[in-house]
Amino acid sequence: MSKDREFLWRRLHSLLGIIPVGLFLTMHLFINFTATGGAESYNDATAVMEKIPFLILVEWIVIYIPLMFHAFYGVYIAFTATPNTGRFSTYRNWMFSLQRFTGVFLVIFIAWHIFQTRIQKALGTHVDYDMMANIVANPFMLGFYIVGILSATFHLSNGLWAFLVSWGITQSPQSQKIATYVTNILFVILSVVGVAAILAFV
Amino acid sequence: MQIAANTGRMVKVEILRQDTQGGNSYWQKFQVPYRHGMNVISILMEIQKNPVTEDGVNTSPVSWDMNCLEEVCGACSMVINGRPRQSCSTLVDQLTEPIKLEPMKTFPVIRDLQVDRERMFNALKKVKAWVPIDGTYDLGEGPRMPEGKRQWAYELSKCMTCGVCMEACPNVSEKASFIGPAPLSQVRLFNTHPTGAMIKDERLNAIMGDGGLANCGNSQNCVAACPKGIPLTTSIASLNRATTVQMFRNFFGSDHYVD
Repeated sequence: MSKDREFLWRRLHSLLGIIPVGLFLTMHLFINFTATGGAESYNDATAVMEKIPFLILVEWIVIYIPLMFHAFYGVYIAFTATPNTGRFSTYRNWMFSLQRFTGVFLVIFIAWHIFQTRIQKALGTHVDYDMMANIVANPFMLGFYIVGILSATFHLSNGLWAFLVSWGITQSPQSQKIATYVTNILFVILSVVGVAAILAFV
Repeated sequence: MQIAANTGRMVKVEILRQDTQGGNSYWQKFQVPYRHGMNVISILMEIQKNPVTEDGVNTSPVSWDMNCLEEVCGACSMVINGRPRQSCSTLVDQLTEPIKLEPMKTFPVIRDLQVDRERMFNALKKVKAWVPIDGTYDLGEGPRMPEGKRQWAYELSKCMTCGVCMEACPNVSEKASFIGPAPLSQVRLFNTHPTGAMIKDERLNAIMGDGGLANCGNSQNCVAACPKGIPLTTSIASLNRATTVQMFRNFFGSDHYVD
């Protein structure tokens, strides 16, 4: 990738993290939450998603391509940083390091998650409540999924805060502080929804 | 007048030394006699007078940069007990011992505590951190600046290119091309100046290339570390907004490049 286009790549990385990746994650967690109403409720909700026309095209354009760009460019960003929370243990500096740490972890987690669900579906396995229930029957997998969900909700909420700064929406220290509160509330809501959903499969 | 009396107390100092550019670094321990009101530079001057380590071994005097001695030139910055700051305004009484001195390794180390801050000066040239007034004839007076604007712009003008924000930033390093917080804030300063703003778009375009503004990771260490209290992160966020607009102007075309 050409270096003089770096500004555009970085801005694109910031934008794609929210639209569509962040929106997709939110929708994904809310659909999962239907599992708290039982297997039938979850199977009905996922069946609706299956009915989207040109689904494979929608999946590539809305999910895979933006997600891959965000993931791989993000790994490059993460590894060109030199975290220094030892010297500067401020809240924002911890958020900076955690954003990169969760980002790299999410690349691994999501790759595994896609392999375990979407690729299995492509290979002919039927995706339903029982499939997830079988996965999280393993306590190690349940733990892995909970850490993955929390990393994703954190990465999105904190990423939204950074998006607001990177696009010049929140400028003053006060507006950035308010954005911190709002995105923290978002983190709590998304985490509750996400973790309640995964526990519904146990 | 307070006379520098020998109190018998010794100050323990550990210095990360490096003999040549790109050479190996190593720690050396020293003890210097305490004087009332000592700053870090006076420790280094004591070592210069008597370059003997704690173990009594003769060594070379420690090399460092200094100039104004009143925290306005930025030359004497170094990492003191883990924090980058000026060695002139850092008082021994406020430090825990042993005092650890290291060079700001985000820059190439020339020798001992001396670093080469050239990348910062190159960055100022790149972003045209000046007011263009040169012409073939007298251009006359420029537009006036509103007082309210002048007051906050003055805060940005306090930057002394000391490099502390560069050392504090996790995205400024030899493995990354990020220009760093100090030159970015200068873009905001000169784009605020009524005459400086006449080439506003050139400065914005200069920070929209490789290693520019978008490489900021929002750790906000710069604003926490700046010895002059410059609102660096506010400058960066403000430039983010300006470059968002500039990006659309560049793409779609506009006749409002400098207003």
